[in-house]
Amino acid sequence: MNKLQIVLSGIVRNNPTFVLMLGMCPTLGTTTSAINGAGMGAATMAVLILSNAVISLVKNIIPSKVRIPAYIVIIAAFVTVVELCMRAYLPDLYRTLGVFIPLIVVNCIILGRAEGFAAKNGVLASALDGVGIGLGFTLSLTVIGAVREAFGSGSVFGQIFISGDGMLIFVLAPGAFLVLGYLMVLFNKLTAKMKS
Amino acid sequence: MVLVLGGISLIASAGVGYVYKITEEPIALAAEANTRAALAEVLPPFDSTQASQLVLDEIPVVVHTAITSDGQVVGYAVETATRKGFSGEFRLMVGFLPDGKVQRVRVLQHAETPGLGSKMTEDGNPLETSVVGRNPSEMNLAVTKDGGEVDALTAATITSRAYVDAVARAFNAIMTGTPAAIKTGDEPIDTSTGASSQNAGKEAENE
Repeated sequence: MNKLQIVLSGIVRNNPTFVLMLGMCPTLGTTTSAINGAGMGAATMAVLILSNAVISLVKNIIPSKVRIPAYIVIIAAFVTVVELCMRAYLPDLYRTLGVFIPLIVVNCIILGRAEGFAAKNGVLASALDGVGIGLGFTLSLTVIGAVREAFGSGSVFGQIFISGDGMLIFVLAPGAFLVLGYLMVLFNKLTAKMKS
Repeated sequence: MVLVLGGISLIASAGVGYVYKITEEPIALAAEANTRAALAEVLPPFDSTQASQLVLDEIPVVVHTAITSDGQVVGYAVETATRKGFSGEFRLMVGFLPDGKVQRVRVLQHAETPGLGSKMTEDGNPLETSVVGRNPSEMNLAVTKDGGEVDALTAATITSRAYVDAVARAFNAIMTGTPAAIKTGDEPIDTSTGASSQNAGKEAENE
């Protein structure tokens, strides 16, 4: 697999949200608007690239019995670093995402890629896998957020195009499931067409 | 095995400690800039503020007294909070003029439902316009559903009640924390700031 393929596979063939179905909790919880989805995706991507690269670097010195605790320690350290940096330099985004940032530690995408990819591949390939999966996650969350914001608040990225109340169900929890489901149908239809 | 895990933990905690050290100052600055921006929004022009902390109903409240360079008190900004919100605690900054009238209210932090309770953060929402320009002790500070004079947000009664709770706590904080000016009410009002008067001459006693 060449380098471009690794990145592209994370966006389409192994899309974490629509194909792997990982990390559903932040996906459903943070996508109330396009900017929140994009911010959550970017934070997850930063952690994913760093943790994938470091885990791939140290994979040979970690005994397999303690590999999961070791991965979690590494991931948790990077999440804390990202959280501190966000609080320092992006306080507004930190206020909206709040509790979901520390929860990146237990996002199964990150442990899943550590175990499934970084533990078997080189440093560069693992970092690129982080880029690909991270981009896939960010794009999916941004699209879900944009759709929910458009129907629920009549705006996209805060740009109001219909003033008024909107269909509130899209901003509330049930809307997250609805939009996720319909976008998944759409995604699978499009990828099926691309394959044939 | 233990050695490797211990080593990784040690390196990880050292790294986190280092990042904490270098972000400590920017984080404090960001928090301070946030408070200062909120103060400037809810108060008439001022030169300096004095903060005093107190605790009301187990909730910490900070009263900022705004002073001009010639020592005149131009207003009070109260960082207040409520635990009655629909999604837990939220914090408001309420600006009062020296006569106890509400100048402006700003939401500092909340987790209310987007599209419903979150409307309390918007400019000119019914909650804010109901209290701005009025002295909480001279009005019935409760949502209309409870027989008060504060227009609630549509479909967000719990948030509205919590908002009223936080505003009342802010007013109580200046009553207990900085008694003199408010109670007499004969401090001059700074009219240049254009504190809008939503008061349509309604008068009702607070319960």
